[in-house]
Amino acid sequence: MTEDGGLVELKIPSRAEWVGVARLAIAGIASRLQFSIEDIEDLKLAVAEACTNCIMHASDSDSIAISCSIKSDKLIVTVADTGKSASSRALEPKRLGEPKVGGLGVFLIRSLMDDVEYELNPESGTRLTMTKFLRT
Amino acid sequence: MDIKVNVREHDGQRPCSVVDLNGEIDVYTSPKVKEAIMGLIDAGNYALVINLENVRYIDSTGLGVLIGGLKRVREHSGAVNLVCTNPQIKKIFDITGLVKIFGIYDTEATACENL
Repeated sequence: MTEDGGLVELKIPSRAEWVGVARLAIAGIASRLQFSIEDIEDLKLAVAEACTNCIMHASDSDSIAISCSIKSDKLIVTVADTGKSASSRALEPKRLGEPKVGGLGVFLIRSLMDDVEYELNPESGTRLTMTKFLRT
Repeated sequence: MDIKVNVREHDGQRPCSVVDLNGEIDVYTSPKVKEAIMGLIDAGNYALVINLENVRYIDSTGLGVLIGGLKRVREHSGAVNLVCTNPQIKKIFDITGLVKIFGIYDTEATACENL
């Protein structure tokens, strides 16, 4: 990766049919930054899971803001909603074992990304920041 | 970004229902997949093979649909096997531990035989 300090921002409606657009956008950005095919797939899934969480757990938020901060050795992606109803329970990774419907999204995000941080603010919504390092 | 769903019967030594999926399974398309799988189960088909060979992408909502189907058929002593060779899709099943829960096979014939 040769660039540093660039920022790409995208805002999508908080609806299921727009998650694919976020996925395409992150794939384009990661490809531009020369991430491997496998890492691009990881980023696509992690961003899509974050958007899906916003849609399912912040129904009072009408948009999702996706921000990609480009660093020399990593890509930092922030996915934020303005929902005031998200509970911390939705952000806890599930315990694997017995198969259950739901709860896998956060587990996948934590597995696929190198660093994950949540900010829960009852006033402004939920912000998830994920980092993926460029492997040389 | 769509999913095509085709349901058919597999005529082999061990007859079963096969669900062919083609496309991407995400929060938008998974209801269509769920409808097809639950429709089969509601009609009394408890031996299912879900063919993911032409699935390019699956997320947690798609996995949730497959798990939901598996739980439903198990209530009737049935089984769900998957056909999948895509390394990226298999990686998701591996990370989530679902490789231990689903039978995942390279071909439809082996998936059906091992139901």
